[in-house]
Amino acid sequence: MKRVLSIWMAAVALGASATAADAALLDQVKQKGFIQCGVTQGLPGFSSPDDKGNWTGLDVDYCRAMAAAIFDDPSKVRFTPLTAKDRFTALQSGEIDVLSRNTTWTLSRDTSLGLNFAGIIYYDGQGFMIRKDKKVSSALELSGASICTQTGTTTELNVADFFRARNMKYEVVSFTTADETIKAYDAGRCDVFTSDVSQLYSMRLKLAKTGDHVVLPEIISKEPLGPLVRHGDDQWFDITKWVLFALINAEELNVTQKNLDEQGKSPNPELKRLLGTEGNFGEQLGLTRDWVVRIVKHVGNYGEIFERNVGASSPLGIERGLNRLWTKGGLQYAPPVR
Amino acid sequence: MAVAAEGSRRRRIGTIAADPRLRSFLLQLALLLLVVWLGWAFFDNARQNLANQKIATGFGFLSETAGFGVSQSLIPFAESSTYGRAFVVGLLNTLLVSGLGVVFATILGFAVGIARMSSNVLLARLAGAYVETLRNLPLLFQILFWYLAVLGTLPSPRASEPVLGSIYFTSRGILMPRLVLESGSAFVFAALALAIVAIVLLWQRTGRGGGVAATLIKGLASLALIVILPAIAFVAAGAPISLDLPELKGFNFVGGLRVNPEFLALLFALSTYTASFIAEIVRAGFLAVPRGQTEAAASLGLRRASTLRLIIAPQAMRLIVPPLTSQYLNLTKNSSLAAAIGYPDFFYVFAGTTLNQTGQAIEIIAVTMAVYLAISLVTSLLMNWYNRAVALKGA
Repeated sequence: MKRVLSIWMAAVALGASATAADAALLDQVKQKGFIQCGVTQGLPGFSSPDDKGNWTGLDVDYCRAMAAAIFDDPSKVRFTPLTAKDRFTALQSGEIDVLSRNTTWTLSRDTSLGLNFAGIIYYDGQGFMIRKDKKVSSALELSGASICTQTGTTTELNVADFFRARNMKYEVVSFTTADETIKAYDAGRCDVFTSDVSQLYSMRLKLAKTGDHVVLPEIISKEPLGPLVRHGDDQWFDITKWVLFALINAEELNVTQKNLDEQGKSPNPELKRLLGTEGNFGEQLGLTRDWVVRIVKHVGNYGEIFERNVGASSPLGIERGLNRLWTKGGLQYAPPVR
Repeated sequence: MAVAAEGSRRRRIGTIAADPRLRSFLLQLALLLLVVWLGWAFFDNARQNLANQKIATGFGFLSETAGFGVSQSLIPFAESSTYGRAFVVGLLNTLLVSGLGVVFATILGFAVGIARMSSNVLLARLAGAYVETLRNLPLLFQILFWYLAVLGTLPSPRASEPVLGSIYFTSRGILMPRLVLESGSAFVFAALALAIVAIVLLWQRTGRGGGVAATLIKGLASLALIVILPAIAFVAAGAPISLDLPELKGFNFVGGLRVNPEFLALLFALSTYTASFIAEIVRAGFLAVPRGQTEAAASLGLRRASTLRLIIAPQAMRLIVPPLTSQYLNLTKNSSLAAAIGYPDFFYVFAGTTLNQTGQAIEIIAVTMAVYLAISLVTSLLMNWYNRAVALKGA
């Protein structure tokens, strides 16, 4: 019933909220003193609360980086857990300032939903997870299978495309939350659990016996995940874009939490521009000159965030793969600060 | 002239203030205008906000391809079908589960309600325990109980054993043979109907009595009629009816008729939960009929069963029907809890998946409200019509 209520409130908010004359979102955020950030209801590695209620994860750290850039304090974020189904309505209605919830960038979401994607924080693709004892080694052997998925996702559409294109039969059972989906899979309602591969690894941690389940090798879609904001505030959109670019640029120029002070003294002009000792790039965004210093000091660079939350040193142990920097054979590439 | 006109105008204003009917009419009109203006302001503001954020509006999305699959639909639905068709699929699923739910809840509710008034202490206590348990637990909990704790623990398709030939109870639902009707099957049904008519006539014409032998002969003749007539038609029409048996192939059963566990869990939970309320309504209705009615019937020499059927029930129904209507409406609206277990009801398919994929919250919420309102109003209309039929005439 809470869900119904939130959609309702959003619909009412769209009708009743003041029109375009709203003050710039950056000023509003500064005035209220925190960023309202939409995240998942619990996806280990991306956004999940620990036993003390502190949120951690890749998507969470992005919001913390924004708070660091604006307030020089990564704790000035409040998190709103959202289902896949309710996330866009929450952003459209202004309930949250930024949505950082492993959301796939698609054309219709970018246009007719009235939203803007700030960039790609994680290059993902959709995959299938199945019990080992089913003895299936390829997604092409899944004809006739029952498939559990989450509603309101691109996943739900991709799986339909995949089976339709190959003329294979399937039964889809879709649930509202990731937890309901994995529970149904675990209970044997479905043969297969499908989602973005990163999510498969993450949800597998919630299963009783992690080793009993395998992720099939096929990747059936492109899932570029990134943070997004609503249309109509270009300054805020610029900040969300450049906070992400700053994280990637910091890794590329080898600025880490540890060597931040030394790198600040470097004569390298690229580093000087990034760290604000030369030029006023932060101010052009409406932030301070040392905005990147603040981000790296509190949150670290992109590589550090990745390793900490989903990389080899985390319980998920996901390879960097496509998410390596372009200089190392990956796709992560950010425009230069100049 | 000018002076006279001025005077009459004053009088007119005077009469408006003095005439209470006119005054109240004007006040009502002002209120109506205010409400209309508020509604318009809301609508206009929403439209402007949507335009500013460049969010798509209108109902054009209904004719676009949906692109998602649905686990249960009464009409053919493929991924290439439109959102409009998904709307119909969801609506039919809601009507199916609420329609069957209303029927089962009514039967069970009346049975439990009457059992609770029984002079058999065990039966009455059992019925009491049923009511007190089910109506005091949250419905969402009961839906999840049926789904996860009961149906979810059935064996997987590969591990399930057939019951009664080829009925399988699995965690993916209940599978049973499906009747496949081809052209010509109408003959068989016609023959069956003919046999039944013949049997009824046989028993009516010959009357009662005639001893055990006559009854035995008539019984045998009836049996022969009901077997042989349809059998002849079946052979003559070239075996137009066959059974499609469920068969395990790969991951799942293929063929047969499958009832999804999501549907069953929702139906069980809605029926048993609502039945506990109906039972109390029924009990209240029967107990509200004055005791003197029973005593009067007894003094006329009516048997107990006849008293119940002819005297008590008709009077009780008048009290039962109005609150019963509310329960039917509750059941229909509660069916939207389907979202918790992934049963593709109207709310889930339309206000859930479709809303998310198109992002058009205002249109979809408005349509969803209109649909539930329409279902509820139609239910009320039917029940009010029935209520008038059983109500005291001229009262």
